[in-house]
Amino acid sequence: MQFKAMVLSNVELSPGYFRMRMTAPQELASSAPGQFLMLKVNDAIDPLLRRPFGLFDVGSFLPEYAGCGAQVYCEILYKVVGKGTKLLSALHHGDLVDLLAPLGKGFDLGPAGEEKVLVGGGVGLAPLYYLAKELKSRGEKVRLFAGGRNRDDILCITEFERLGVETYVATDDGTLGERGFVTQVLEPHLAPGTRIFACGPTPMLNAVAKMAQKSGVPCQVSMEAYMACGVGACLGCVMKGANHTEETPDYRCVCKDGPVFDSFELQWS
Amino acid sequence: MQRPDMSVAIAGIEMRNPVMTASGTFGYGAEFADYLDLESIGAMITKGLSLKPKAGNPTPRIVETSGGMLNAIGLQNVGIDAFIEQKLPYLENVNTPVIANLYGNTLEEYGEVASRLDGLAGVAGIEVNISCPNVKQGGIVFGTDPCAAQEVVSLVKRNTSKPLIVKLSPNVTDVVVMAKACADAGADALSLINTLTGMAIDLERRRPVLANVTGGLSGPAIKPVALRMVWQVAKAVSLPIIGIGGIMTGRDALEFMLAGATAVQVGTASFLDPSAAQRIAREMEDYLVEHDIASVRSLIGALEV
Repeated sequence: MQFKAMVLSNVELSPGYFRMRMTAPQELASSAPGQFLMLKVNDAIDPLLRRPFGLFDVGSFLPEYAGCGAQVYCEILYKVVGKGTKLLSALHHGDLVDLLAPLGKGFDLGPAGEEKVLVGGGVGLAPLYYLAKELKSRGEKVRLFAGGRNRDDILCITEFERLGVETYVATDDGTLGERGFVTQVLEPHLAPGTRIFACGPTPMLNAVAKMAQKSGVPCQVSMEAYMACGVGACLGCVMKGANHTEETPDYRCVCKDGPVFDSFELQWS
Repeated sequence: MQRPDMSVAIAGIEMRNPVMTASGTFGYGAEFADYLDLESIGAMITKGLSLKPKAGNPTPRIVETSGGMLNAIGLQNVGIDAFIEQKLPYLENVNTPVIANLYGNTLEEYGEVASRLDGLAGVAGIEVNISCPNVKQGGIVFGTDPCAAQEVVSLVKRNTSKPLIVKLSPNVTDVVVMAKACADAGADALSLINTLTGMAIDLERRRPVLANVTGGLSGPAIKPVALRMVWQVAKAVSLPIIGIGGIMTGRDALEFMLAGATAVQVGTASFLDPSAAQRIAREMEDYLVEHDIASVRSLIGALEV
C-alpha cells in the first residue's frame, strides 16, 4: 500500500549509520520479516526515485498524549551513501515521507525447534532484527553472526542481545570481536538442524551460500539491488536464477520474487 | 457544475481520458492494481512483446540521473505466447483498452507478432516499437532510418486489422522525416518520444554505471525535448499523436495536448508514484474545471505561437 508516514525519530547510531522510526498504518502490523519498503524522501524530482529499505522493526506503542489509541510504527536502518540518504538523515520528528509498504517476499521462518542462524553485516542487519524478534517471540534459539570492516559497521548488537539472541562478531580490522570474516566465525557452528538467514554485501552472501551448500544447511538470503519501482514493473533489479542461461533466461525480480530467496534459487559467481 | 468531457479517441480506440501508461513502465497492468483503479485511466500499454521470451540485458540496468533515470533493460519480456496465456486473461476483465506494444528481432518477426495479436479480442490496438535504444536488433535500427521504418510499418500494417500506433525515437536528426515515413507506410497514430540515449560514468571505478554502457534517459529531464518534438510532428502530419516524455503532473500532460497531442503516456512517473496515471488524469480534469473548459479535446493543438 501507499501511505504518508510521519518521522518519529531519526538517530545516528555510528558514523554514517542511522535508525529511523516512522508511523505506519495498522496493515503494516501483519508484514513479515524480510519485507521492505520504498521511501520517497520529498516531493521534488531530485532525487527522482524512491529508495528501498528493509524493515528493521515493526511494532506499536501507546502515545503519551490523550485521545489516541495504539500507534503502529516501522523502522529502517540506513547508511548515508548518496543524495537520497543524505536528505533522509536530515529529517526530524514530524516530517512526512511517502512510503510503499510492505513489499516483496519475506523469510520463511522454518519449522520450530531448529537453531536459527542469522548472518549479516552493516545495514544488512536491518531485516535480521525484525526476524530475530519474530523468532524469539516463538521461543526459538537464535544466534547472530555480525560482520563488517570495523566496529562502526556492527549495529544494534545490544538490541539483539536484549531479545535473548546469542551474538558473535567479526571485523576486518579486529576493532570489535574476532579479526577476519564473519564466515570464518560462522563455519564451526553449522550443523544439521540449523537454518541460515543472511543479509549483507553480495560477496558475504556468496560465501555464506557456498558454505551452507557444503554443510547441507538450508539458507535464505535477502538481496539488495538498484530498483526503480519496487513492484515488479521496471525489471531493473533482476538477478540470475540458478539455471539461467542465455538461451533459457531465468531472471528473478529482487522486489517481487525476493528480496528473500532460498540460496539455491540464485546463480552465485 | 457538469464535469468536463475528458474522453478522446486514438484511431478508433475510445478512451475515458487521455492518460495511457507507457510500455515498459506498467508491467502487464496487474502489478499496479493495488495502487490505482485500472478503470480510471485511458488505456494501458503492455511491456514490449516479442515472438520468443527475451532475457534482457545484464545488470546494472538502471541508474538515476539528475531529474531522470537511465535504463537498459533490453526488452526483457515473457514472449507473445505467455502473454496471451498468462497475462491477457487478467486484462480482459478490466474495462480499459489494452494496447499491445510489440517488436521483432528481425523484420519478419514484426509481422509475425502482429498477426498473432490480430485475432485477440482483448487487444484494442498495437504499438510498434522501432525506437528502443538498448538492443541492436528490433529497435533503433528500424527507428533511425526512414526506409527501414517504412518497411516495418507497412509489413505490420499488412498483418493487422487493429489500430496501428508507431512509437518514434528522439535519437534522430529530424523526427519529422521519420514521422512522415511512418504516416506514408500506413500508421494510424504516432507516439513520441521514446528515451534519449545517454550514459552515466562511475568516476571512482572509471567505468560506465550500466552494464550495457549506454541507456535510455527518461523522466522530467526530457520533457522539453519531447514537447518540442510533439509540436514539430503535429505541425507536419495529420495523424493523431500521443505525447510521451517526463509527464509527472496533469499540467505536464495538458502542455503536451496544447503542443498537438490527442493523448499522453505516463512512464517513469509510475515508478516513483504507482498511482501517477490516475492522479494525472484527475489533475487534468481539475484544471479543466478551474478554467471552465467543457472538453479536453478543445485543447488539442491549441498552442498559440
